[in-house]
Amino acid sequence: MSAPTADAPLAFRRPSGVRTVKNSLATIFVTVATLITIIPLAWVLTTVIIKGYRLLLSSTWWLQSQRGITPRREGGGAYHAIVGTVEMALICAAIAVPLGVLGAIFLIEYGRGTKIARGVSFMVDILSGIPSIVAALFIYALFITIFGLGRSAIAVSCALVLLMLPVVLRSTEEMLKLVPDSLREASYALGVSKWKTIVKVVIPTAFGGIVTGVMLGLARVMGETAPLLILVSYAVGINFSPTTDTMGALPTMINAGRDQPPQMPGYERVWAAALTLIMIVMLLNLLARLIARFTTLKEK
Amino acid sequence: MAVTDTDATERVEPEPLAAQDPSLSPVVDHSAVTTHSPVPKVVAHRAPGTPADHVEREAARGVKLAKISRTGDRIFRSLATTSGLLIVLLVLFVGIFLLALALPSLQANQDNFLTSRNWTVAGNELRFGIAGLFWTTVLSAVLAMAMAVPVAVGVALCMTQYLHKRVSGPVSFVVDLLAAVPSIIFGLWGLTVLGPFLAPGAAWLISKLGWIPFFERNVDPKGSVFVASVVLAIMILPIVIAISRDVFAQTPRDHIEAALALGATRWEVIRTAVLPHGRSGVISASMLGLGRALGETIAVMIILTTPSPGSPFSPSIFAGGETFASKIANNAAEFDSPSKTGAYIAAGLVLFVVTFAVNAIARIIAERGVES
Repeated sequence: MSAPTADAPLAFRRPSGVRTVKNSLATIFVTVATLITIIPLAWVLTTVIIKGYRLLLSSTWWLQSQRGITPRREGGGAYHAIVGTVEMALICAAIAVPLGVLGAIFLIEYGRGTKIARGVSFMVDILSGIPSIVAALFIYALFITIFGLGRSAIAVSCALVLLMLPVVLRSTEEMLKLVPDSLREASYALGVSKWKTIVKVVIPTAFGGIVTGVMLGLARVMGETAPLLILVSYAVGINFSPTTDTMGALPTMINAGRDQPPQMPGYERVWAAALTLIMIVMLLNLLARLIARFTTLKEK
Repeated sequence: MAVTDTDATERVEPEPLAAQDPSLSPVVDHSAVTTHSPVPKVVAHRAPGTPADHVEREAARGVKLAKISRTGDRIFRSLATTSGLLIVLLVLFVGIFLLALALPSLQANQDNFLTSRNWTVAGNELRFGIAGLFWTTVLSAVLAMAMAVPVAVGVALCMTQYLHKRVSGPVSFVVDLLAAVPSIIFGLWGLTVLGPFLAPGAAWLISKLGWIPFFERNVDPKGSVFVASVVLAIMILPIVIAISRDVFAQTPRDHIEAALALGATRWEVIRTAVLPHGRSGVISASMLGLGRALGETIAVMIILTTPSPGSPFSPSIFAGGETFASKIANNAAEFDSPSKTGAYIAAGLVLFVVTFAVNAIARIIAERGVES
């Protein structure tokens, strides 16, 4: 492009043909890419809803277990699996949330910029990339081979801790970063000690974000299947004791019945279980987003 | 992306109260103000003729500084530090315990662990190797990455450079929901809906391109590596999109405006300003996606048809197979003897090492990108 001189008027030209074509191609590409991303979600959701919604309408689905129900028989529900899934996720959260929040407090409030904090932060990234099957094998090695304990729902929860911990820690860390320093300084100026400042000022300010992280973490671990396959047997009946070796769960309920031919009543129950699982997970995600919208600190 | 905030400013400690009171004017030893103590150490005024204790008495009368117990602080600090270190230990323990339990079986192994395709772990003689598992795992994950990354970059560009904020909100909502779908449901859908849907296309590809090893033979187009990698691609899309979107959104406004001022079209703005800025982020995101795809268990396990033992090796993407994760999960019910379990744990250890390496590389690339 030549620079305009004083006597020549500025000549604006439309981009040449090749450039316009390239630009249009790029626009088409990004549009198609976005559609390609939306299609699978819509496809999966409609498939699951159409095949599974019917059973969810009756109260038996929510109140009965699969005890004594063969794939050839109609009836029964997912009560045992829903409670099992929720119970294991809650036990997991009881361990993962304090650890994750304290870990984030270490990274932001105590260790900021130190070498230890960098090491911890690196390991959190590694932990968030650990496949669920490896987490399950680790807990298997530790609990069952080394400690000689049996399979149990608690073992599953411990494996899930490895998967939930990085989610909770990262979201808490992001929130703590957003808490303005002036709040901390105001508290110090009043002579409040550091830990009380963290507990009474920093955490309450970041609370909404922490809850969001916990809910996203719960949603993630509820959908995990691999630890359930390795660390607990699927029970068709109601068993809510976390120390025994069987417990129902929605993912294993789907897995147990996945080979049913479409004409069997058991086939529909598989899709109904899938729909129930999706509903729980989506509900948690939506709630998390709502909480985030109303309580999160805004970035300046 | 998890990037540590390296240039975080040191938090300012509270100003010593006594030092601000002009009536006192003691010499405050600032060097003694450590990060733990908001109470300054008041050092005696050494003015001639003034007894040191006089100043101290005056200081005591002027400001009353209550004694703050440091016990709570110490406990809380060590709790937080312990949690941090526990995470480091946890990751190290995963490696150590898996190695410890895999070693006896590896030593008893009659075949070469890295090159054998056998998997005979029942009985007294152990013959197992990971060559077949490794091939299927890497093939499916790399295929998935190759399909997902271009689409993800396109979506991220669309969200940051093309769409208005009001429209890109719902799109990112859809991406978040896609990330939330449990993998077993993707597996079920891949097996019963996507597999049959893709089968005619796969059959056509095999008939036309059967002479290329990658497309040879029609084993079972329904439960093939190809179907598994399409599902894996869908599953890793959200993570690649989310990270790419974040780096593209951080493109310096000046660069974009400079390109526009030179008369660049929208695509040229992307090519000259947005893509160069986001390159390391996109590479890092792709590696994270690859790590996810390598370790995905249940969806792959449901979709892939397990080849019968002793069947000949096929490099085709339309063959069935087993990945590390699907092999372990498929045989979870058979963990009865330590030697047998050890063989599966050895496979898990390889998976751990591979994903560790991939994730570490992803993080290093991301950090380099931030520094430059």
